[in-house]
Amino acid sequence: MAYLFQQALNALQLGSIYALIALGYTMVYGILTMINFAHGDLFMIGAFFCFLLAVYLKMTFVTTMLLSMLGVACLGVVIERLAYKPLRKAPRVSAIITALGVGLFLENFTLALSPYPKHIPSLLENFIWTVGSLSISSMQVLVIVLSLILMLVLDFIVQRTMAGMAMRAISWDKTIVPLMGVPVNAIISLTFAIGAGLGGAAGMMYGLAYPVVDPYMGIMIGWKAFISAVVGGIGNIRGAMIGGFILGTVEIMVAAFLPSTYRDFVAFTLLLVLLILRPYGILGKPQPQKV
Amino acid sequence: MMPLLEISRLTHRFAGLCAVSDFNLAVEPQELIGIIGPNGAGKTTVFNLITGVYRASEGSIKLEGEELVGKTSHAITTSGIARTFQNIRLFKELSVLDNVRIAHYGQIAYSPAEALLHIGRFRTEEKRIVTQALDLLAVFKLDQSAHEKAKILPYGLQRRLEIARALATNPKLLLLDEPAAGMNPNEITKLMDLIRWIRKTFFVTIILIEHQMRLVMNICERLVVLDFGMTIAKRMPSEIQINPKVLEAYLGEEVAL
Amino acid sequence: MISSVKIIYRAWLTCWHMLTNCKYFWPAVLSVGFAFCLAASVFEFLDLYLQLILIYVGINIILAVSLNLINGYMGEFSIGHAGFMAVGAYVASLLTVYVLPPGTSSVFFPLAILAGGVGAALIGFLVAIPSFKTRGDYLAIVTLAFGMIVKSVLENIDAIGGPRGLLGMEKLTTLPWVFFWTALSVWVIRNLVYSNFGRGILSIREDETASDLMSVNTRQVKMIAFVVSSFFAGIAGGLFAHALQFINPRMFDILKSTDILIMVYLGGIASISGSIIGAVIYTILLEIMRPLGVWRMVFMPLLLVLLMIYRPRGIMGLREARLFMPLRDVVTEKFWRREDKGADDATP
Repeated sequence: MAYLFQQALNALQLGSIYALIALGYTMVYGILTMINFAHGDLFMIGAFFCFLLAVYLKMTFVTTMLLSMLGVACLGVVIERLAYKPLRKAPRVSAIITALGVGLFLENFTLALSPYPKHIPSLLENFIWTVGSLSISSMQVLVIVLSLILMLVLDFIVQRTMAGMAMRAISWDKTIVPLMGVPVNAIISLTFAIGAGLGGAAGMMYGLAYPVVDPYMGIMIGWKAFISAVVGGIGNIRGAMIGGFILGTVEIMVAAFLPSTYRDFVAFTLLLVLLILRPYGILGKPQPQKV
Repeated sequence: MMPLLEISRLTHRFAGLCAVSDFNLAVEPQELIGIIGPNGAGKTTVFNLITGVYRASEGSIKLEGEELVGKTSHAITTSGIARTFQNIRLFKELSVLDNVRIAHYGQIAYSPAEALLHIGRFRTEEKRIVTQALDLLAVFKLDQSAHEKAKILPYGLQRRLEIARALATNPKLLLLDEPAAGMNPNEITKLMDLIRWIRKTFFVTIILIEHQMRLVMNICERLVVLDFGMTIAKRMPSEIQINPKVLEAYLGEEVAL
Repeated sequence: MISSVKIIYRAWLTCWHMLTNCKYFWPAVLSVGFAFCLAASVFEFLDLYLQLILIYVGINIILAVSLNLINGYMGEFSIGHAGFMAVGAYVASLLTVYVLPPGTSSVFFPLAILAGGVGAALIGFLVAIPSFKTRGDYLAIVTLAFGMIVKSVLENIDAIGGPRGLLGMEKLTTLPWVFFWTALSVWVIRNLVYSNFGRGILSIREDETASDLMSVNTRQVKMIAFVVSSFFAGIAGGLFAHALQFINPRMFDILKSTDILIMVYLGGIASISGSIIGAVIYTILLEIMRPLGVWRMVFMPLLLVLLMIYRPRGIMGLREARLFMPLRDVVTEKFWRREDKGADDATP
């Protein structure tokens, strides 16, 4: 029983990280119908920023967090302006390939500059509370709580601010919205910034929870987060959160009860089954075709 | 004689909204029937139900006695029903010739294996398809642009191509969805002749959806009027014509006559 | 000056068309090519390193052309192609290493390769099924998941080496073999594209609903596309395994699928000549940049991004080299001659 609870905590932790990254995918998809395959690598850059700030500039937890989120957000905007904006009118696959290219560039650039995996020093003291046979680490709690806070803030921004309303409007109809006086480019950049920032935060939290960072860590996690976003219904923010937690839970539970090499296999198969049963994701809606 | 198409009690609901309600129609071979009604009345939905795009919630659709409800669209088309679309749905990036050739899919006599190796019946079949397709295009005066991409054709020719493509499937029943949309009166007159000519030359039965009253009144032998999914009347055009008040009640005050 | 250049160009073009339209053009070219490869391999007048490069080019051509069938011609986004390659590689390798009697593997090599293709085709059959209901990004996920599942499964079966991989394959992949299989793959796929099934594939990309309504059996077409595509990916996998003489599941992960994607989109979607060009350029460019070490994978994606921005459809983008189009499609007018069809027959 306690074992189950322990794993549930792990699941929540992993799920939060997936959810944060999935949010970045889903926000960009919602607004541009584009899959930003470089997003997983932004997550990785977030972890590396954290490493740089913590080791070379010796900053504290809060400043590291804010600065790495800001750094990744800026990088996201730069990528959007340079690589994605020229392709807004091009066929969708070109944009996707460009995203793949940007991702590859980020991975290998980081690899070229830092060939060996790096270790992030712990920026906060890690307490372990024991409740019966259960041990809860403060890092876990921190990751979960922080992620929830970020998700709530995001939900607030999207549902209750003008900028969020603009984002939702653009996701419905991109051509009409500029005619209503909305600065579409600025909103798109803002969306990228927020999505990237969340990814960067996830990167930092991952780096603190599993202290080794390497340039290829974004690939697998990025693809998994992408799958979470799709499972939840791509374009749907609440769906991304749900999808992230589902994937995290599935992975941890599989690893808890089956040999760990089966983890990916069972997780992906279950997701495949889920998609076959609900082809448009949990909260997704099929685009009705007018014939 | 058995009617070519028999629709009984056809009903279709979209999440609580009843798009078509208790639609009944018996169509004899070689008839020319029109379905009219205001926008959103469910006319295209009826076409979609007949061709299997939607599966009817209730009711039955029989083609020469065979039940169509539940069949896939391509099976229905192969059974002998072809259609055109309200917003032209040509294969824009493909050539005019290819658009027509694709419609031959249901009649292909060679297997995938023969296609992969270009052996057996492949060559003769392909020759036959090309010849038939070009013949059809010639008859519709589209053969000169056979190798152009469909998207560069002017609007009127695109509509013609759509009809030609539908006829390439060798149908018994042709469904035309607003064929006169976007046409000027001159073009509409030509279209009327075209439709009559098609019926005579290809021995098809035609059901068409239209808003252009001149077209409908002049060529349709029977009319079905829909509003909010329900059949308001089934009349001969002459009856409706005599009583303009009836027409006004069905279609509102502004009627393009 | 310009007009004389034009005249020369036209003259050359006419000669070129006369040559390529000749019935014996392709058999001649292919025989010469094969003979050259055979000689190069047996007499070794081509450097072994160069031969290996050419072998990789051939394998990549097969991969790119087969993926283009799904991504380019059918308009889907399949991102698990390396999974099919993996199945082919493992099946072929297991056959030559464990099943075939020792000493006979070079004789039975083509059979092993075919078996790899068939194995991959079976997986392709499975992947086709979800494609009936889903499209677009959701189908992309399905293909991604399939690719990852294949890799996962291979990692978990210790009998075939698990994560450590499989070794012991003989170097059976020679230049003439690669030439043969590459030519065969390109020919078969090109045949498919220029048949009614190929037109069906194109129509699904254009408008699937309209296609269904024009009597195209979209399920059959999707099945054919996936099976053929995965079959040839499997063949490429088998060839790959017997060139490298060692395989492990990590070689067939998402990065490999990404490589193939790049080749396809670089060369141009829905274009066989495009995939060939893309595969050749990508493979050779990567080799040329080898001295740059890890920086070559920094510049390559950058070049790719620039290419996408300035030429989003790829080099050949939706166009096909006349070389590959069957005569029938190029000169269709010749097949149809009308000696004034009665004017009264024509439409009003």
